Amino acid sequence: MRLPESIFREYRFSEAERSDRAAGDRARHRRKIRESIRENIADIIAEESIIGKDRDRIIKVPLRGIKEFRFVYGPNAPGVAEGQGDVRPGQVIGKVAREGGKEAGKAGDQPGVDYYETDVTLDELVEIMFEDLELPELERKALRQVETARTVKRKGYRHVGIRARLDKRRTARQRVMRRLASRGAAATPAASAEERRFPFHEDDLRYRHVVADTREESNAVVICIMDTSGSMDMMKRYLARSFFFLLYQFISVRYHNVELVFIAHHTEAREVSEEEFFHKGESGGTFISSGYAKALEIISQRYHPSLWNVYAFHCSDGDNFDSDNEAALSAGQELAELCNLFGYGEIKPLGSRYYESSMLHIFRQLEAENFHAVLIERKEDIWPAFKSFLSKERVAE
Amino acid sequence: MASYELKELIEWDARIRDKAAQFGLDCFDQEFEICDHAGMLGYMAYSGMPSHYPHWSYGKAYEKLKTLYDHGVTGLPYEMVINANPAIAYLMRDNTLLLQVLTIAHVYGHNDFFKNNYTFRTTKPALTVELFKAHALRLRRYVEDPSIGIDKVERLLDAAHALAYQCRRNLAIRKLDRREQETRLIEQAQPRHDPFRQLHPRLVPPEPDLNRVPLEPDEDLLLFIRDHNPRLADWEKDVLTILDQEAKYFLPMIETKIMNEGWASYWHKRVLEALALDQGLSLEFIVRHNQVLRPIPGQINPYRLGFKVWEDIYRRHTEPTPEEVRKYGAPTKSGIEKLFEAREVERDTSFLRRYLTEELMRELGLFEFEANGEDLVVSRVSDEEGWRAVKETLIKNQGSGSIPVVKVEDADFGQSRTLYLKHYHDGRDLQLEYAEKTLAYVFRLWERECVLETVLQGRRSILCYNDRGFSMRALK
Repeated sequence: MRLPESIFREYRFSEAERSDRAAGDRARHRRKIRESIRENIADIIAEESIIGKDRDRIIKVPLRGIKEFRFVYGPNAPGVAEGQGDVRPGQVIGKVAREGGKEAGKAGDQPGVDYYETDVTLDELVEIMFEDLELPELERKALRQVETARTVKRKGYRHVGIRARLDKRRTARQRVMRRLASRGAAATPAASAEERRFPFHEDDLRYRHVVADTREESNAVVICIMDTSGSMDMMKRYLARSFFFLLYQFISVRYHNVELVFIAHHTEAREVSEEEFFHKGESGGTFISSGYAKALEIISQRYHPSLWNVYAFHCSDGDNFDSDNEAALSAGQELAELCNLFGYGEIKPLGSRYYESSMLHIFRQLEAENFHAVLIERKEDIWPAFKSFLSKERVAE
Repeated sequence: MASYELKELIEWDARIRDKAAQFGLDCFDQEFEICDHAGMLGYMAYSGMPSHYPHWSYGKAYEKLKTLYDHGVTGLPYEMVINANPAIAYLMRDNTLLLQVLTIAHVYGHNDFFKNNYTFRTTKPALTVELFKAHALRLRRYVEDPSIGIDKVERLLDAAHALAYQCRRNLAIRKLDRREQETRLIEQAQPRHDPFRQLHPRLVPPEPDLNRVPLEPDEDLLLFIRDHNPRLADWEKDVLTILDQEAKYFLPMIETKIMNEGWASYWHKRVLEALALDQGLSLEFIVRHNQVLRPIPGQINPYRLGFKVWEDIYRRHTEPTPEEVRKYGAPTKSGIEKLFEAREVERDTSFLRRYLTEELMRELGLFEFEANGEDLVVSRVSDEEGWRAVKETLIKNQGSGSIPVVKVEDADFGQSRTLYLKHYHDGRDLQLEYAEKTLAYVFRLWERECVLETVLQGRRSILCYNDRGFSMRALK
């Protein structure tokens, strides 16, 4: 018996090119991922792994809602595997796969076990975050834009100008032209040596003309002020950091040029590097006014409000020396006048607000529309706090 | 460019077919399609079908396969065959000549298996491609219908996908229709002939409730819902039918994974050995063959397990050891006869039960493991007292054994049209989160309260999903 002749269909590049059959389904899947991210954005933002990453860095995001649920057996179902001969009862061979360890097989083959992480770039995530913000009036507000003379551009030639822009070639040409034009007139025999020399005349001079090219620019500076006194522990710093991170991401989407300033204060304030800001603890008491005074000083030196959109945010646990409250309030008032947005976040990990003093009620006296004080108790509070903070933005005319 | 010409493949194919026919393989006509890796990924995501309806889960499968492939975690399979007549196989263009030859031989093994194994009798291979194409067309039409649209279709598909494999396991057993079930119940309710009726009072069997829906617990969840939820629109019923048909097409493959892969591997080896390859090719063959059949510690490699069992069957029927003759009796059939018999009448569970011997289990080092807190701990190994239990667990986990059995017990529970489902607990608990979400899908399809009875940590429990959401309680 013979088997019937088989058919071979050769590979055709053109067909292969056309046949991206999964494109539509991939797009749907991608959209589902985005929806899922958006639904869980508050949790994802609060994940430690995201804070402080580069923008184009790919991050893993835990996902809910795109699993394919089925009836499956739980962890008390034993399995069988192949060993290498030396396996003994009681031996530990691995860890229980928590969601997504094992591979999902073909349809129905190994239902349920599903991967649950996806890769997104931070950029994508930030985009989704702002979709979630849903603050349309924010989008419409004009940014404070400044015209900066960035480059100079040549634009023709002039008879007058400064020496540095003298165009020698053109000037020489002018002289030659003039000489040719004056040939008939200069044909007298008594032409002096002076005349034969035919020197440059003022009319010959040509200067390059340049114009300044102005361009609209938007600059923003984010001033992060943090209390680094002894009472600010790691947890509080982490919450503060998450908030600053969001603020920076948000602002860098909207402005061309964003700078960051870090001010750490206890009873005195210093400008520090990012590294120091988040990782170095200090000790001692707290004068909030010192941080604000430093911020005012930096603004006046480097970030004039007519050129810069200033965003300032201050994180503290509110444990201020009573004697400083008055000063803090007036400095805060002043700061709010200079800034687009000035915020105060009081960080009180759960419970601690009952026995620590608070600045929230003191800042209530601060009269500025663009000032906002929030209370952050848990990491889940960060996103709502951030949202309410942004809704206060004032744009300078 | 590939390292071979198509002409060469055709020549090799002719030689392979000769050998396969000599061995007695009996195949459908075969078509080979050469594709590149992107094409292969596409076929893999859509179960090999040239035409398939769209759903985001296939996009997800594609992305995942592609990620794994791009990062070199897994390679692509050398081939993919679908059960159709003519059978269609895809060959990867970038494979070496030897791999193509091996693959072609492997494909004929699958082809023979599809044609002859009884599990596949219900699949109508001549219509496969057209069936899937027709399904795709119908679903696409619903998607394009302005009164339905992608969102509704996808919502339904999400729910129906979750239940598609909650269907009858052994399709060779015919499902009785309602009238036949009634007849059977009435017969069962007849008083039996009792020679001692003078001595003790007659046992009167309880009268069967013939109004009950379903009469007997029904395993075909999608079909049951299709037939008993009057609020479903025609297109929704059609989608449920489509998914049920497709699940039942794939079920035989799930049920014979080990046999099928083992069979194909067994024959590619025999055929290639018979082809008298030159030295270079035969060395590459040994490397590739061993790669396919390598043990994967901590898992089961179906190719390897199947191959070993087939090889063992052949050996025990050609040259059994004296000890085996003592233990299992002298072989009554030749090795080749036995092979072909088993390929026709077994499915994975029966195949392993019948042919996986204690000795082979020990050789493979099979062991059973259980979760103990966070750790996976070896609970039994294939020693004298443990091997039976290890084998039982292995069989329990094969094919549809890894899908919990859930049946519809009552469609009008508490006279309130509540759908009462029962999980037939066999010692393995359901994963609760998945059970909850899946029950929500049942609710989406049934559109009334749904209840699932199961056992959780030794306690009978009721999971309930209705328009107020999910709730659960333990029964006393």
